[in-house]
Amino acid sequence: MLQIDLWKRVVIWAVCALGLLLALPNAFYSKVEQQNDALAAIEVSGNSPERDAMAGQWPGYLPSGLVNLGLDLRGGAHLLAEVKVQDVYSARMKAFWPEVRDALRPERATIGTIRLQPSAGDELKVRISEPEGTARASEVVRGLAQQVVSLSGVGASDIEVSSDDGVLTIRLSEAEKRATDERTMQQSLEIIRRRIDEVGTREPTIQRQGTDRILIQVPGIGSAAELKAIIGTTAQLTFQPVVGRGSDPDASAGLGNEIVPSLDEEGAFYTLESAPVVTGEELVDAQPAFDQNGRPAVNFRFNPTGARKFGDYTAENIGSPFAIVLDSEVISAPVIQSHIPGGSGIITGNFTVEESTNLAVLLRAGALPAGLEFLEERTIGPELGADSIKAGQVACIVAFAAVLIFMFLSYGTFGIFANIALIINVGLIFGLLSMVGATLTLPGIAGIVLTIGMAVDANVLVFERIREELKSSKGPARAIDLGYEKALSAIIDANFTTFITAVILFVMGSGPVRGFAITLGFGILTSVFTAIFVTRLIVVMWFERKRPKTLEV
Amino acid sequence: MRLRLVKQDTKFDFFSRSKMWIGLSLVLMVVGFASFLYQGLNYGIDFKGGTTIRTESTTPIDVGAYRDAMAPLGLGDISISEVFDPTFEADQNVAMVRIETQEGQEAVKSDLIAEVQTALQVIAPDIKFVSVESVGPKVSGELIQTAAIAVILAIAAVLIYIWLRFEWQFALGAVAALVHDVILTIGIFSALQIKFDLAIIAALLTIVGYSLNDTVVVFDRVRENLRKYKKKDLKELLNISINETLSRTFMTSVTTLLALIALFVLGGDVIRGFVFAMIWGVIVGTYSSIFVASAILLFLGVKRDWTNKPDANAGTQFANIDA
Repeated sequence: MLQIDLWKRVVIWAVCALGLLLALPNAFYSKVEQQNDALAAIEVSGNSPERDAMAGQWPGYLPSGLVNLGLDLRGGAHLLAEVKVQDVYSARMKAFWPEVRDALRPERATIGTIRLQPSAGDELKVRISEPEGTARASEVVRGLAQQVVSLSGVGASDIEVSSDDGVLTIRLSEAEKRATDERTMQQSLEIIRRRIDEVGTREPTIQRQGTDRILIQVPGIGSAAELKAIIGTTAQLTFQPVVGRGSDPDASAGLGNEIVPSLDEEGAFYTLESAPVVTGEELVDAQPAFDQNGRPAVNFRFNPTGARKFGDYTAENIGSPFAIVLDSEVISAPVIQSHIPGGSGIITGNFTVEESTNLAVLLRAGALPAGLEFLEERTIGPELGADSIKAGQVACIVAFAAVLIFMFLSYGTFGIFANIALIINVGLIFGLLSMVGATLTLPGIAGIVLTIGMAVDANVLVFERIREELKSSKGPARAIDLGYEKALSAIIDANFTTFITAVILFVMGSGPVRGFAITLGFGILTSVFTAIFVTRLIVVMWFERKRPKTLEV
Repeated sequence: MRLRLVKQDTKFDFFSRSKMWIGLSLVLMVVGFASFLYQGLNYGIDFKGGTTIRTESTTPIDVGAYRDAMAPLGLGDISISEVFDPTFEADQNVAMVRIETQEGQEAVKSDLIAEVQTALQVIAPDIKFVSVESVGPKVSGELIQTAAIAVILAIAAVLIYIWLRFEWQFALGAVAALVHDVILTIGIFSALQIKFDLAIIAALLTIVGYSLNDTVVVFDRVRENLRKYKKKDLKELLNISINETLSRTFMTSVTTLLALIALFVLGGDVIRGFVFAMIWGVIVGTYSSIFVASAILLFLGVKRDWTNKPDANAGTQFANIDA
């Protein structure tokens, strides 16, 4: 009775010590944070005396994991973006047209003339003048199909061709659409990550949510609008042949062409061939620069294939204009003066230095494959976060003190034992949070305060039970033993059910709510651990020393 | 000398007026539900979409002037409220500006927010915009759905767990208490028109957890006493069980309330609604585990045939799932 094996004692104390050790860095938050930042900076860009000094602030043998502060505590911006994955379908079909045309040309004897018909963005409609040749034409176009490359859709064809009396309709197959969506999302995530890294803020969160959404959280940034300026631009750069120039946005462009407004000149519109000569995907570098007149501009360089295409095109079209188009706006439309063989060039326009720098960043990071629509945006100022932390801290301390005093008044010596366990408990919560790198939010602080209140429950259950057992005049040792034994089922059942709700909150919730679920869940684990192991061990150790004949709980 | 919230060996009869308590609960639930139907909830932007801007300035806030400044922008219904809080400093004047979702806009427009900010800067030059939050109607619709699913899932999970650990009558009693607590909480948010946002859903689920915690402790004792007193009348047995656990019920409620009240008073206005929901939930949850869950258990009756079960200690019989 009332015996706990030595090894169990060692394990219990070791767990407590480990938890408290892991929690320790949080008590010196700014110091440890500066050090971690400095270490990260040294890893990236080498030593400097200043960084070394920062890095030496915290002993290296101690753990340095910290509880991340959520946006609502630190300040920053939060965006939920939906990727318009359908954008990619029409870009694909647009680029597919020259290929279809070239494939059909040799068959003109059977199918007659080939004309592109107006159609929805995600399909191509091709009319041939000899309806009898429809079958042959479909066959040729089908011959262009490729296998879908994806985990699930291997073997499926990437396009679907249907024909109706001389009109071929070509669209992407469902399998290809799914594969394309997947690729679009991966690319978008990667490009958003690169753009944010280029700007160099700390610990951004960039996560995919559901099938077509991306959650972006950047602490420390001034506003969501700033963040949107960085990631919201598609930065789709194309070089397109110019057909004509005018001032009517609704003019008929002719098939295979499109009307694109000018970026700088109000009311000017260019008619361009839809299929680009080269796109921004083939850029390898872009740097802010100045043109020969000293105006801000962007220097760029193509990869070898891009350079060849660009070189060939400029060689064939000396004297005619071509347009540099960014996100469906013509930045400039210079006339080709000479063959440009080297694959590098300069984009000039009415840029400010800031704009040219930004454009270079965007071009370097790559274009987003599809547009983004922002469904949710939140900016939390650092002042509000600091206020919340301050208020949360005060509330925590007061709550803590109130519960400690109340427990002491109610249970005396045993109350002190429960209080020691409670202090260890809060330490353990922070230790766990630091260990898994969880994020503490304002509702998360509320979760901790709630845990402080509820954590004593398990102890209360035991103590009340011991009181009851004492009434039936058993000896103190027997009463303590029975108290723990009989209270156990209630403790387990009661906490397990609360734990279920914490898990559901974690799975279904997002952001701050999830932060709350984490602290609540951890709080339940640690409070059960402290109540049935730590307090019990303390009680047993006390009992072994004092051997009281009577017990007052 | 110990502080005792509840005298030793209480012998209250909790069911002598059980009709009155059930009646009271029913009336409150009907009132809450009627309020929900009649005036609905004061949904936050999480659920309704729109934009809220929290402003801070050293000059006192004139709600009328703010309204006039924004009127030319034609943003539809704007609500402006000044926020007061004991944690604010003397010259810290905080207001919340709420703009409804603009017609036909899914995405959140930055320039619109910028316009509002410029307009407000004219009347209060030192104004700071400490938080700006916008949620599009698409997301807010989904958030409501997810939230409702979360609450229903939690209740269902609990129903199943208690059914496995106890018996179906216990499960029904516990779930009735939970539904009671959830309806009363939504009811008071509707009646007082307190802002109902995503955090309140978290509070609701916590209430579900807490209320259950209480109910389970009482039920655990009922289960134990069912084995102990095989011949006792169920009503008497429930009374004994509730009385035996009464001291613990109060202790835990009081410590939890102490912590929550500290947070309510000192935790700042941002989470006050959230904490209010939890305080209310603790009170209602404590009440319901005694007067709703047990009353329903009494009404449904319990199978009393324990003869073929070994009288093991409950905590170690996880495998004995139908016990």
